[in-house]
Amino acid sequence: MGKVTGFMEFQRLAEASEQPQQRVKHYREFVGHLSDDEAKIQGARCMDCGIPFCMQGCPINNIIPDWNDLVYRQRWREALDTLHSTNNFPEFTGRVCPAPCEAACTLNINNDPVGIKSIEHAIIDKGWEMGWVVSQPPALKTGRRVAVVGSGPAGLACAQQLARAGHGVTVFEKSDRIGGLLRYGIPDFKMEKQHIDRRAEQMRAEGVEFRTGVLVGDIPSASPVSVAAASRLTPEQLLSEFDAVVLAGGAEQPRDLQVPGREFKGIHFAMDFLPLQNKVVAGDTVGNQILATGKHVVVIGGGDTGSDCVGTSNRQGAASVTQFELLPQPPEEENKSITWPYWPLKLRTSSSHEEGCERDWAVSTKRFEGRDGHVTALVACRVEWVRDDKDQMRMIEVPGSEFEIKADLVLFAMGFVAPVGSILDSFGVAKDGRGNARAATEGRGCYATSVPKVFAAGDMRRGQSLVVWAIREGRQCARAVDEFLMGCSDLPR
Amino acid sequence: MEHPHRPQPEGLYDPANEHDACGVGFIAHIRGHKSHTVVGQGLQILRNLTHRGAVGADPLAGDGAGILLQIPDALLREEMDSQGVELPPPGRYGVGMVFLPQEPASRIACEQEIERAARAEGQVVLGWRDVPRDSSVLGESVKRIEPVIRQIFVGAGADVTVTDAFERKLYVVRKRAGHAIQALRLEHGKEFYVPSFSARTLVYKGMLLADQVGNYYRDLSDPRLTSALALVHQRFSTNTFPTWDLSHPFRMIAHNGEINTLRGNVNWLRAREGAISSPVLDHDLDKLWPLIYPGQSDSASFDNALELLVMAGYSLAHAMMMLIPEAWEKHSLMDASRRAFYEYHAAMMEPWDGPAAVAFTDGRQIGATLDRNGLRPARYLVTDDDMVIMASEAGVLPVPEDRIVKKWRLQPGKMFLVDLEQGRIIDDKELKDALAAAKPYREWIDRIRVRFEALPEPSEAREPSAVPLMDRQQAFSWTQEDLKFQLLPMARDGEESIGSMGNDSPLAVLSDKNKTLYHYFKQLFAQVTNPPIDPIREELVMSLVSFVGPKPNLLGIDEINPPMRLELSQPVLDFEGMEKLRHIARHTGGKFRSYELDICYPVAWGHQAIEARLASLCAEAVDAVRSGYNILTLSDRRVSAQQVAIPALLATSAIHLHLVAKGLRTSTGLAVETGSAREVHHFALLGGYGAEAVHPYLAMETILAAGEELPEGARGGQGVKNYIKAVGKGLMKVMSKMGISTYMSYTGAQIFEAVGLSSALVEKYFTGTTSTVEGIGVFEVAEEAIRAHRAAFGNDPVLAGALDTGGEYAFRVRGEEHMWTPDAIAKLQHATRTASFETYQEYARIINDQSRRHMTFRGLFDLRVDPSKSIPIGEVEPARDIVKRFATGAMSLGSISTEAHTTLAVAMNRIGGKSNTGEGGEDRRRYALVKAGETLASRLGQERVMRDIELKEGDSLRSRIKQVASGRFGVTTDYLVSADQIQIKMAQGAKPGEGGQLPGHKVSEYIAELRFSVPGVGLISPPPHHDIYSIEDLAQLIHDLKNANPRASISVKLVSEIGVGTVAAGVSKAKSDHVTIAGHDGGTGASPWSSIKHAGTPWELGLAETQQTLVLNRLRGRIAVQVDGQMKTGRDVLIGALLGADEFGFATAPLVVEGCIMMRKCHLNTCPVGVATQDPELRKRFKGQPEHVVNYFFFVAEELRGYMAQLGIRRVDELIGRADLLDMRRGIEHWKARGLDFSRVFHTPAMPADVARHHAERQDHGLEKALDHRLIELAKPALERREPVAIDMPIRNVNRTVGTMLSSEVARRFGHEGLPEDTIRVRFAGSAGQSFGAFLARGIALELIGEANDYVGKGLSGGRISVQPSPKFRGRPGDNIIVGNTVMYGAVAGEAYFRGVAGERFCVRNSGAHAVVEGVGDHGCEYMTGGTVVVLGATGRNFAAGMSGGIAYVLDEDGGFATRCNTAMVSLEPLVTEAEQEARLPRDIWHLGEPDEAVLRRLVDNHARHTGSARAREILDNWTDWRGRFTKVFPNEYRRALGELAAKGRRIAA
Repeated sequence: MGKVTGFMEFQRLAEASEQPQQRVKHYREFVGHLSDDEAKIQGARCMDCGIPFCMQGCPINNIIPDWNDLVYRQRWREALDTLHSTNNFPEFTGRVCPAPCEAACTLNINNDPVGIKSIEHAIIDKGWEMGWVVSQPPALKTGRRVAVVGSGPAGLACAQQLARAGHGVTVFEKSDRIGGLLRYGIPDFKMEKQHIDRRAEQMRAEGVEFRTGVLVGDIPSASPVSVAAASRLTPEQLLSEFDAVVLAGGAEQPRDLQVPGREFKGIHFAMDFLPLQNKVVAGDTVGNQILATGKHVVVIGGGDTGSDCVGTSNRQGAASVTQFELLPQPPEEENKSITWPYWPLKLRTSSSHEEGCERDWAVSTKRFEGRDGHVTALVACRVEWVRDDKDQMRMIEVPGSEFEIKADLVLFAMGFVAPVGSILDSFGVAKDGRGNARAATEGRGCYATSVPKVFAAGDMRRGQSLVVWAIREGRQCARAVDEFLMGCSDLPR
Repeated sequence: MEHPHRPQPEGLYDPANEHDACGVGFIAHIRGHKSHTVVGQGLQILRNLTHRGAVGADPLAGDGAGILLQIPDALLREEMDSQGVELPPPGRYGVGMVFLPQEPASRIACEQEIERAARAEGQVVLGWRDVPRDSSVLGESVKRIEPVIRQIFVGAGADVTVTDAFERKLYVVRKRAGHAIQALRLEHGKEFYVPSFSARTLVYKGMLLADQVGNYYRDLSDPRLTSALALVHQRFSTNTFPTWDLSHPFRMIAHNGEINTLRGNVNWLRAREGAISSPVLDHDLDKLWPLIYPGQSDSASFDNALELLVMAGYSLAHAMMMLIPEAWEKHSLMDASRRAFYEYHAAMMEPWDGPAAVAFTDGRQIGATLDRNGLRPARYLVTDDDMVIMASEAGVLPVPEDRIVKKWRLQPGKMFLVDLEQGRIIDDKELKDALAAAKPYREWIDRIRVRFEALPEPSEAREPSAVPLMDRQQAFSWTQEDLKFQLLPMARDGEESIGSMGNDSPLAVLSDKNKTLYHYFKQLFAQVTNPPIDPIREELVMSLVSFVGPKPNLLGIDEINPPMRLELSQPVLDFEGMEKLRHIARHTGGKFRSYELDICYPVAWGHQAIEARLASLCAEAVDAVRSGYNILTLSDRRVSAQQVAIPALLATSAIHLHLVAKGLRTSTGLAVETGSAREVHHFALLGGYGAEAVHPYLAMETILAAGEELPEGARGGQGVKNYIKAVGKGLMKVMSKMGISTYMSYTGAQIFEAVGLSSALVEKYFTGTTSTVEGIGVFEVAEEAIRAHRAAFGNDPVLAGALDTGGEYAFRVRGEEHMWTPDAIAKLQHATRTASFETYQEYARIINDQSRRHMTFRGLFDLRVDPSKSIPIGEVEPARDIVKRFATGAMSLGSISTEAHTTLAVAMNRIGGKSNTGEGGEDRRRYALVKAGETLASRLGQERVMRDIELKEGDSLRSRIKQVASGRFGVTTDYLVSADQIQIKMAQGAKPGEGGQLPGHKVSEYIAELRFSVPGVGLISPPPHHDIYSIEDLAQLIHDLKNANPRASISVKLVSEIGVGTVAAGVSKAKSDHVTIAGHDGGTGASPWSSIKHAGTPWELGLAETQQTLVLNRLRGRIAVQVDGQMKTGRDVLIGALLGADEFGFATAPLVVEGCIMMRKCHLNTCPVGVATQDPELRKRFKGQPEHVVNYFFFVAEELRGYMAQLGIRRVDELIGRADLLDMRRGIEHWKARGLDFSRVFHTPAMPADVARHHAERQDHGLEKALDHRLIELAKPALERREPVAIDMPIRNVNRTVGTMLSSEVARRFGHEGLPEDTIRVRFAGSAGQSFGAFLARGIALELIGEANDYVGKGLSGGRISVQPSPKFRGRPGDNIIVGNTVMYGAVAGEAYFRGVAGERFCVRNSGAHAVVEGVGDHGCEYMTGGTVVVLGATGRNFAAGMSGGIAYVLDEDGGFATRCNTAMVSLEPLVTEAEQEARLPRDIWHLGEPDEAVLRRLVDNHARHTGSARAREILDNWTDWRGRFTKVFPNEYRRALGELAAKGRRIAA
């Protein structure tokens, strides 16, 4: 339980990180992990609550108090086992998770929460360092075959669980490398890609087959989602070859902004921009890379993807970076008495923001100005949010607030609306109101879509979300598939 | 008779739960001179004990009273002569007093059976006599069931030569006749009863009030009726279905108390039937069975057992010593041969354990004995004209003081015997020495006793299991928490770990997890009718000694070759012990032979196999015993992937009871080797269902394998040792909860109730255990075991490398369910902070909707809604009225912070509800109403408040409920006067039957101030209230408190368990205005986990039983019923009301509203939200607001209104007791919950419409009789103008609680400060009744010349009491008793001087008063935290146990004080001169800042002045001689705290 009075004695420790001016010069991770001693102190702050809200706050229900305690007692190997018992990929979440667990930490009520994520990070890094992360091939093969479409965190978690349950698993990925958004969405400076490769290696040893460059179903040519697939498989092919198919292809359809001037060059979706840089870092040669170098960059959208665009732009040497958000600026401190233990709306400053960026809130883009078919400026106005008579929040323009800002490169990072519809359509899977695959998450037959043998998990089912939610869905879906194939399952939910 | 003779079980009411206690007394002429005067005096004693009895709804219906006399030969001879029957000489005829059915044919049938039996036994029927009676004195309800009462006269047959033999024959005749009449199976046959049938004694008794006895039986006023002895008894039963036969005296005894171990005692007696033989009774023995009929009262059963022993040839005293032995096991001062006597007999008879003062007689000798704890009062006196009077109280018969030569009391475990034939008193020592010397017991013991521990270590190696440890752990449903919360702490610390908050996880029968069978049993505990024991501070009475192996012949009085016996010092076997037992034949030369029963069976056979397997095992056990094996071991060590274990508890109980039924149980020992046992509760169950020894191999293997999980000093064998120690301590705690002292009498005593087991299962395998709501059967039990087994040996990857997470103790996702989920807490907090009813409804849904998460019984209830009856919500009683029915739970300032405590008080006062002080006193500063501009800090003082709270004008910080718990912390007159309700905490849901402890580090200056103790000194609350050992004691305390504040209602808090309804009925009869039924799941600041989890039952059961019993008894209207225990929502309130509650208590939920997040760290003082901590830094983090709490209660009321509208009920009063509106939820899918049946819970007794179903009447407390009215009148000048007054008055034992109402008048006007000393002086002469000077306020001095009873100066609050004997009394004060037991209990301030000896438990929990006494009984100064006690004479044993503060100065004349003092917490030092003290002891740690010599001398001087003590005078006159003989008792904690305080003071000064 850590140290009984630890929370009163020790302060929260941040992981050491390289200074912004240094780190913008490269694309490597710049955040270190806690030393053993630091992790011990951080673990000592855990109060081993009678109700660990962190555990509930964590989508995969990491058994946080237990491994906090184990780290406090420097029993790293057991800590790793405990961590792995709920989380297939702590090295991903330990780096990129926004840590809803920490928001839910009871210390957060009136103090700084336990640095749960930093402890997770330290545990898994040590695990790899010590060679404790090894493959766990199943003792028995079931002879059943499962296709997992999509190799993002949901697909990978699902595949790993199924492989360990003894099924023959093949993962199909339309890109040239596996990892989905982990690979091409998240910049290397947030998470280096060897982590994915290392996991893939482990999974191969557990019997997972990866087939990259294979598109399942069809993607309309008009789609903003780029496809570099070398080959293509139809749903029928999959369904005839496999005993079950898991659709874990993510929610890739980005939100667009149809305002005058949208057609100018230099206006891109974030997911057109970020992957190219990752490929370059990976050593690929990329023609026509969208570069921010020397440009005035405007990022529209104040979320994590927006931040990644800011960080990448700065590294490419942008002349200026501005980020707009439609919603008003959230408070610096939430009112914990009515938000805790839930995820609070509050001002979050990411490491990319620290590296230099103008931020502005309650700004709505009205149009783009351009020259020679290329964007040069963005015209925006300020908006106010008011409650209408139907109790809905409504946005109204503040009269006379229109302004213009220089822009050579505009990046849309306003989120993703849905999975690429065609894949669901090609399987004939029923969709929910938001265009996601419809499937329940509880009870018998959960994660099954309307089409027999076909399951869905991750963003493709729930819509855009966090890596940690994807892992949760992948794991739970694996259990559902196992139950479907075998009649019962020992896989944990 | 229209009323059934004995009520039948109905709903949850079961007459088997009746308890009684009472007043008992006798008078005897030592030389056996018979007179009618003795009879008259006996009746007078009875009348003077009236207040110890009770009346029910009918004021003329008593609970029973009676008198036992010698055969009045003259009267009977003349009477029979007039019928033409000539009686043979005395001793040659016997008289049977017979209760017969009114129905003539049945009556004649009964009469014929008696005559037939007499003739069959070769005796002569002489005739019958109708006993003349005056039925007009009886109440209507009694008259209806009045039997025909006749006497039968039987002459001795020709072959009977001596009276003893004749008595035996009469005994056999009575038993034979009884069996024959039972065999007729007549409806009215149950009304047949023989109160006495003897040639020596005759009993007149009935369902009478004390003063009715003499009028009802005309014989009793007939001057021809003479006797040299009269034994009388007045009964107080917990309910109003007393019957004629249940009144005392029985044939040989009258009993005041309660036999806790009854079921075990009766079972063991039955178990002996097959193996018993009597050289005296010979073949007649076979005619006696069954000795005890099921359902008999404890006293009746005890009487039967005593009778058997006496008839079989034991002397009366000998038999009594066997049944109620002294605490000999740890009595190092006891004479060796007496110890041997007890030890020898210990294997023959398990102690009949419990509070008991038993008066007994065979007509030639009369005497009394007291239980080992001394839990009942018994005073006696001897006169110079050869009279002996003994009674529960002194002063029951006026005797001129100058005739009295000795006044004494019965001491714990001691016996007092008058032999009328020898014409003398035989004292305890002489009596027991003679018996102990009668046979060479010492030598026998040495020869026959095999001390198990002393046997050589076994050479046999343990056969290791091939199955991995973890697989086996999983097969027995072990979880990670079993290690974390149970096993490892026990191995590390040698005791159970502590937890806090309540239990909000589901009952085993509702759980989705695989629970062990142990989880289906709840520990029973003592409340009201008998006290729990403190197994730590009063360890001297506790014993874990266990005998494994055949038991000797109970009736073998001429034993020439007693069998060997195997004695274990405690019942948990380690590995070596188990091997030793397995191969015992080799170690004992074949005298013991061990046989192993494998309780595993092939898992492939499935769950259906269990039934036949158990049958086979039972048969195998019988075969084994018959073929000479005398130790059976049940073992599941062969559990494997293929073999599943039958739950060890099931196998143990099944085999134990089977052997009992076959009469073979005493021919063998029973040991259990099981992997399932790990926590204390498991061991308690195995023992409680028959195991004499348990080997928990898996627990021990786990400890050995724990490695680094344990600190270095606790690894390996040491860890196992610690674990055994922890189990032993835990067992003593579990036993003591029920007031049971010895493992031997606990074995097989079945002190449990089942929750969630089918009655078929229970009746077959746990016969006699209660299970009220049905549940799973034997196949489901097997299924659950098989599921665990399958999980263990299956492929579950989660269980591949780790045990199941558990989640029982702390919430875990995928672990056990909890009511308080993270979302429930968050929603409740957000709702109350934002005043959002919608968010509240989200919260309520999480709690209420148990369609998928089965958590509580009420969750499985449904409402019978008739939509046509629904009404608009506007028509329902408004929320502002409903909230007045709400109260917050008793949480002391100490367990929660000042901020949290006051916030609750303010909120409850705003809504007109009630908050509760808890047991910690209350700051006077909180009493006055808040004025504008005040805040919490401005009112209480900035330094006492860490986070200020804004207040409104008119707010009140006062808790309307003032709690009186066993610790009596801060219970002053002033405190009581400030109450609207005074709550007596009998038990607490989280830890019923246990006391509490506030560790020193939590006792801040503020808390110490409120509790009248020293900062930093730990405070112990004893398990029992030392002034409540039985129901009539409770009635007395209620009376005391009512006197202390006549305007307050008195409440008694009980915890739900089987029989609580009956206790509640008793509480209602004891004049309580209010009763709280708490669920087992209530919260706590700190308690061992096994208590939080396994003691008590859900309130749904206890509340329903209470309602049904009270309504059936017509007692409901007089008393308000409150329910509490995990009350969270309006639906909970609704169910509570429907099951019978008027009011509702909430504790955890309002704390959550204040910010509690169920950290469960209260006991560590590290609550991070400032709720349950005293840490100033953490208290700053407190965020609660009264408004939030107010919002919560209005939400709850609003939710309730919604349900009421649906049901069409407008007022809560109309809701109460409408259990008919409840139904079991349909379509429960859950495989375990399916078997539940709540029909008994939903039962509503069919009583006439005018019988109240809710609180509608008032209790009559009878205060108008109090002497205090006169005192208040006379003291008016003092009360109104502070003028001194002096009053003189006579006093009698019926004048109880004298001075208390007067004190309340003083406190009401002048607060705790009271009046200047001696403003009101009252001189009394006579024998004062109980609670003389209770809660006496400052400024009042009571001077008594005579003597006083129990509880003198209880809660003394500043007044002065002095008691001295009458100048006419000739006895030496140091040799005579002057005041009774439990004197100065919970005294806070003031002085008391007693010229004479006080009884047991003098100055228990004194926190500031100064007392001088000339001798005390056992347990003096126990738990004392402050004040000064001077003892100018001998002390009893266990002096200063648990004493943490104050000082005692004891005159140690014989130099033996050190051996009688419990030095666990105190040091003994010589009393030194002032000069020496200056040199040796820093001034900082001087008691009262003065030299000891000065303090002592002043007090002795006062004593001389106030009592005229010659002893004090002698000491003062020769001070230098005497000074050196005093010993100073200095508590270690007190010394440390004084030092620390001084150091702190110096730091501040610097």
